[in-house]
Amino acid sequence: MFLLAAALLMQPATDPPVDWDKEFGVEEKVRDPVTGELPVDSYVQANGNAGAAPFAGSAMATAFGGQDGIRRIANRTVELSEADPRLAAIFQAHDMVRLKRTLFEQFCYILNAGCDYSGRDMASSHKDMGVRMRDMNALVENLQAAMREGKIGFAAQNRFLGKLAPMSGHVITR
Amino acid sequence: MDQSLFRSLAALSLALFCVTAPAAAQEASLVDGAKLLLTNGVTTIEGTSGGGVATWSTIAGRETDRGIGLSGHVTLIELPDYGWQSHGVAVGIANRIELSYARQNFDTRDVGTALGLGRGYTLNQDVFAAKLRLAGDVVYGEPLLPQISLGVEHKRNRDAPVARAVGAAHGSGTDVTLSATKLFLSHSVLVNATARLTKANQAGLLGFGSEGGDQHRLQFEGSVAYQLSRRAVIGAEYRTKPDNLAIAREEDWWDLFAAYALTDHLTVTAAYVDLGSIATFDQQRGGFLSAQIAF
Repeated sequence: MFLLAAALLMQPATDPPVDWDKEFGVEEKVRDPVTGELPVDSYVQANGNAGAAPFAGSAMATAFGGQDGIRRIANRTVELSEADPRLAAIFQAHDMVRLKRTLFEQFCYILNAGCDYSGRDMASSHKDMGVRMRDMNALVENLQAAMREGKIGFAAQNRFLGKLAPMSGHVITR
Repeated sequence: MDQSLFRSLAALSLALFCVTAPAAAQEASLVDGAKLLLTNGVTTIEGTSGGGVATWSTIAGRETDRGIGLSGHVTLIELPDYGWQSHGVAVGIANRIELSYARQNFDTRDVGTALGLGRGYTLNQDVFAAKLRLAGDVVYGEPLLPQISLGVEHKRNRDAPVARAVGAAHGSGTDVTLSATKLFLSHSVLVNATARLTKANQAGLLGFGSEGGDQHRLQFEGSVAYQLSRRAVIGAEYRTKPDNLAIAREEDWWDLFAAYALTDHLTVTAAYVDLGSIATFDQQRGGFLSAQIAF
């Protein structure tokens, strides 16, 4: 740190400021004024991207408190993970507004609570995240904590996890 | 010092700081302790990870595929005519390899007198074991593909003269196990099936093989468990055994168990075990209590 401070002090003060964004052609992404989400490259939307077939019947949707309950669990899972030192580095690099929406849609679609999933498939959405087994486990723990807070019965929690667990191969990339 | 060299050093130290600081925070320690709770199983009487009496394909310790895990255990079994105490340690490497050691101490109490060994004569055995996960994951991946592991348990009875006196052919022996274990999340049910090739008489405490039967025999261990919560599981196990010795009949074992993770690192297992007839003393049914600490 001393060397760094010394180097900064020794910078000639006369250099004109450089617009590095312009030098490297960086375009600032602007959040959508309505949704608050950052723009993404286009892709084909399909419920198949959710990565699992939805449950039959309405029992699971009811067990999770319908769309309101599912939205609380999806949001809480993201919030816990953002604040989780094990996962913060992965989550903070992404658009949490969009993630909360797509995670809700995915959960809602799989729990058969009347939603379509508009997000990417699991392989392409996790492609560059470098998720390890330990990160996946931490995320599962946060989802379990969110479901516990939502007073979801343990058997129903596990039934839902049973839909997500087979996706591990597309999520864990290293 | 030359100014440009000074600048380069400053830039280098900044670059190193930027590279190492987040990486160090992210990689954490080698002992990552990140395995999902209870998916390292509890410790068996042979020191391997499993359900208490049956060995499972799980790998000991709380590490994931990039870490190292450690565990230690103590087990007590109280039977009508015998007392069992065992303890040991295990290392899990990258959730792929398990290396374990257990020491078994089997107190013969009054039976020792009857057998002419002396009251409270204790049979001792060391078990050195290794297990390799071949395929699958107990929780993740294909819902119907279990975690499959191959294990070797080398057992060295420290009272070989006693084992020979009751008719055993050897004082040491090696078991080979092949286990398949899966947690079926849709039903919160864990199922394990293990095939074991063994010569062991009463798990080796009465030696290995006999004059009449000195080949490895194929035995079966099955477990079914129900997950009540993240921390609690109940289950039942059955284990078949060879019956090599002429002087005493050997019977299959079974147990009903409950395991509870008091903390992320401490798991306690209580069980009712039926170990059948041991050295002519029948109906050895009693209580099993085990504590496992894991990182």
